[in-house]
Amino acid sequence: MITFVDFLLKPLSYAFMQRGLLAVVMVGVVCAVVGTYVVLRGLAFFGDALAHAILPGVAVGYLVSGGAREPIFWWGLGTAVLTALGIGAVGKGAGIKEDTAIGIIFAGMFALGIALISTVRNYAVDLAHFMFGDVLGVSVGDLWLTGVFGGLVILTILAFYKEFLVISFDPILAVTLRLPLGVLRNLLLVLIAVTVVVSLQTVGVALMVAMLITPAATAYLLTRRLPAMMTWAALIGALSGVVGLYLSYYVSMASGAAIVLVCTACFGLVLLLRRKP
Amino acid sequence: MSIAGLSVLNGAHALHDRNAPILQVERLSVRYNGDFALQDVSFVLNQGERVAVVGPNGAGKSTLFKAIAGVLSPTSGQVTVAGHCPGRHICIAYVPQRSQVDWSFPVTVADVVMMGRVGRIGLLRRPGRRDVELVRQYLDLVGLSELAGRQIGELSGGQQQRMFIARALAQEATLMLMDEPFTGLDVPSQEHLFRIMDELRRREVTVMVATHDLNMAADRFDRVLLLKGRLLGIGRPDDVLTTVQLRAAYGGQLRLIQTQEGMMALGDTCCEGDGHDHIR
Repeated sequence: MITFVDFLLKPLSYAFMQRGLLAVVMVGVVCAVVGTYVVLRGLAFFGDALAHAILPGVAVGYLVSGGAREPIFWWGLGTAVLTALGIGAVGKGAGIKEDTAIGIIFAGMFALGIALISTVRNYAVDLAHFMFGDVLGVSVGDLWLTGVFGGLVILTILAFYKEFLVISFDPILAVTLRLPLGVLRNLLLVLIAVTVVVSLQTVGVALMVAMLITPAATAYLLTRRLPAMMTWAALIGALSGVVGLYLSYYVSMASGAAIVLVCTACFGLVLLLRRKP
Repeated sequence: MSIAGLSVLNGAHALHDRNAPILQVERLSVRYNGDFALQDVSFVLNQGERVAVVGPNGAGKSTLFKAIAGVLSPTSGQVTVAGHCPGRHICIAYVPQRSQVDWSFPVTVADVVMMGRVGRIGLLRRPGRRDVELVRQYLDLVGLSELAGRQIGELSGGQQQRMFIARALAQEATLMLMDEPFTGLDVPSQEHLFRIMDELRRREVTVMVATHDLNMAADRFDRVLLLKGRLLGIGRPDDVLTTVQLRAAYGGQLRLIQTQEGMMALGDTCCEGDGHDHIR
């Protein structure tokens, strides 16, 4: 028993682990709640694309600041919001299918990001951090940004709960109720964008989509009520973050990958064990 | 009870002009990618009427409904509901085809009916006691009180249809547009729907129903609107569903047989879910 408590407490003696745990819990919750809408609205590919598309913004922030965290956050945020709204507009206007448009923008932006970062010598380590996250490098300032913006995302979701429910379930009803459908749809895309940036340091762009959709999809297997689905998703997201971080500490593997693997294992377990409805 | 009067409570939406007809469609045309889905359609509906909209697949029934609901903008012509354009009303309910709905969505029957209240509740507010009471009342009216807490996928087809009517009532709709509500329902379920429609008539709710069942259109509705891109006729069933008109509408899709009692129409080929566009 003592050993198990030791097992849990020992990593906590390091300040970077405390900060990391706080970060993964916050990110796990925010991603899962937003991810509920990503799953219900079929926006998984959009979420994945958006995460990759912020790389050039992150790269510019990285180049202008010489690696300081805060400019990277703001540049990432700006790029994410613009890209989210841009993808929404392209899907509407152009004569090509929406997923094709998303694919083009996503790959182009991602390549631009890599190109920019590669202009710096010895860029590989930093690029790897953007790609796969660097949760143990989280600073107190990062925690504040995550807390404030993550909190804003959750508050917005709660404030517009019933409107988001209507536009997700029945957009035509939203029109006949004269809800501002376009504004609400874009607001939801912006929330996904903010979530992606908030989570950047924890899981990185390459694995982001897993944090958005896997806990929410697991929750979808467990319940058919939206509030319960959000709660379950948040619990699974936070727990996966914590378990994944301990795993990476003891097995010494990349933390982002460990967290995503735990999420995936949760999904697999629930899929196997659930009672057939 | 005057449902229309309640719109006074909501300043953002149009008051009903009591002298204007509940629905007036004037020279309505809607064009998709260069092709007319609807062309030059004009008619007027009176408050409390029950009208069947019939026509072959692709005749523009769904397009007509969406234009009336203000979901689609007319290419030319105009729609007025109680004297105002549809975009200023929240009293027009569109009841979707069942095949257009995601039945695995994580909501209960009561949740869906409450969605009808969202336009009245307003932004940043939670449902009040009155909203909860109305939802309870309308669930009761359509006979779904006991299933209020069920996930929507657990309902039968008829129950699903009734749930959407309860939602339209919760929306305080005075004009309901129902897209193929009878498709795939057994006879008892259809009869249950008609009993609810009788109640809607008592409440002066105007109902337009798209249907493929010509017999039902002829027997159970005040007027029939026959559509095939253009309006082929609107009026009493006997006047509209004539041999000439039906041939014009259906061509080879409908078989007309001469019997001793007159002309008989055999089966309209009905299929669900084609020719409809989604909004995401």
